[in-house]
Amino acid sequence: MNPANEARETRLRDLMVTALRGDAAAYAEFLRETASLLRPFFRRRLAQHPDDIEDLVQETLLAVHNKRHTYDPGQPVTAWIYAIARYKLVDLLRARAGREALHDPIDEDLDELGSDAEPAALEARRDLRVLLAQLPDRQRLPIEYVRIEGLSVEETARLTGLSASAVKIGVHRGLKVLAARIRGQR
Amino acid sequence: MRTDELIIALSRQTDAIDPSTPLRRLAVASLLGIAAALPLMLWRLGLNPDLASDAQTPMFWVKWGFAATVAAASAVLVIRLARPGVDTRRAAQTVALPLVALWALAGLVLLAAAPAERAPLMMGSSWNTCPFNIALLSLPALVLLLAAVRSLAPTRLRRAGAATGLLAGALGTAVYVLHCPELEAPFLAVWYVLGMLVPVAIGALVGPRILRW
Repeated sequence: MNPANEARETRLRDLMVTALRGDAAAYAEFLRETASLLRPFFRRRLAQHPDDIEDLVQETLLAVHNKRHTYDPGQPVTAWIYAIARYKLVDLLRARAGREALHDPIDEDLDELGSDAEPAALEARRDLRVLLAQLPDRQRLPIEYVRIEGLSVEETARLTGLSASAVKIGVHRGLKVLAARIRGQR
Repeated sequence: MRTDELIIALSRQTDAIDPSTPLRRLAVASLLGIAAALPLMLWRLGLNPDLASDAQTPMFWVKWGFAATVAAASAVLVIRLARPGVDTRRAAQTVALPLVALWALAGLVLLAAAPAERAPLMMGSSWNTCPFNIALLSLPALVLLLAAVRSLAPTRLRRAGAATGLLAGALGTAVYVLHCPELEAPFLAVWYVLGMLVPVAIGALVGPRILRW
């Protein structure tokens, strides 16, 4: 665990332990910090459904609240929160996509979630999404799945219904169009 | 509702929480499960008439010890599976230990026995009812334990269901021991284990649907 995550873990755990004794202020602070932990976690995994992110944050906060008796004070509280978040995410994906949800990459390393609220990175991602939204689906979806979500070509083909070669062509042509647009904006 | 409004609403409900809640709920469900299985055993099967003399033999305590150690190990596993984000590998391996020990003992007994004695050692006199009765006696605990686990937060539902089934099976076995006339390890190694696997299979089957939260 890197020092920043370790510091956050210690702070969150102290807040949680205090909250479980019935301290409302500590609990509110804990929930706020948890929400800011959850947003980038879901944003990274739901790039193609940005509208769902805040819903999922709220649903997870509710689950954290309703299941707070399952937190063991000897256990890292961030691992506990992420496990609940992942459970809620899988639940949502399964409900929406049925079988296909099983192919989503939801097993990423937890410790790489350090880059929470860097405004520049967020902005860049938002700009990219605006540009991407202008592409036709046959280019936009392959780029989102392969380049942003990190799925394989085969998985993307299954999810989109495109052929594997169409996915590769979509990524290639789409990136070319994006590059041309970015150059054109300057 | 906005997220900060939700947070304010939730932080108003801060009664103190006891972190031993999962253990307490499992303990209550287990005790009630045993309490329900006991009269069921007395009514359907009856107490072993030789219980007093059997209890003088070490094998009686091996039998009971097997049920008790499987129950303890699977209870640890269930509690860990019911807490999000807890590692369960070691607990899962520990569950196999009493099983391996029983099979090793049964193997030794079979090796030492004359070939003609081996089949009777394994089949005893109650092989055709034993697994069914163990499964039956584990059902009350299974229902109560599944409800308890659901009130916690299992995230791997099939595994949690199977582990819950094993705990229920071990508790049912602990009660069945009071009826069972068998005292040979090879018999236990086959039929007791088979009986305990019935609630395991049921738990694994219904877990993904019943344990969702």
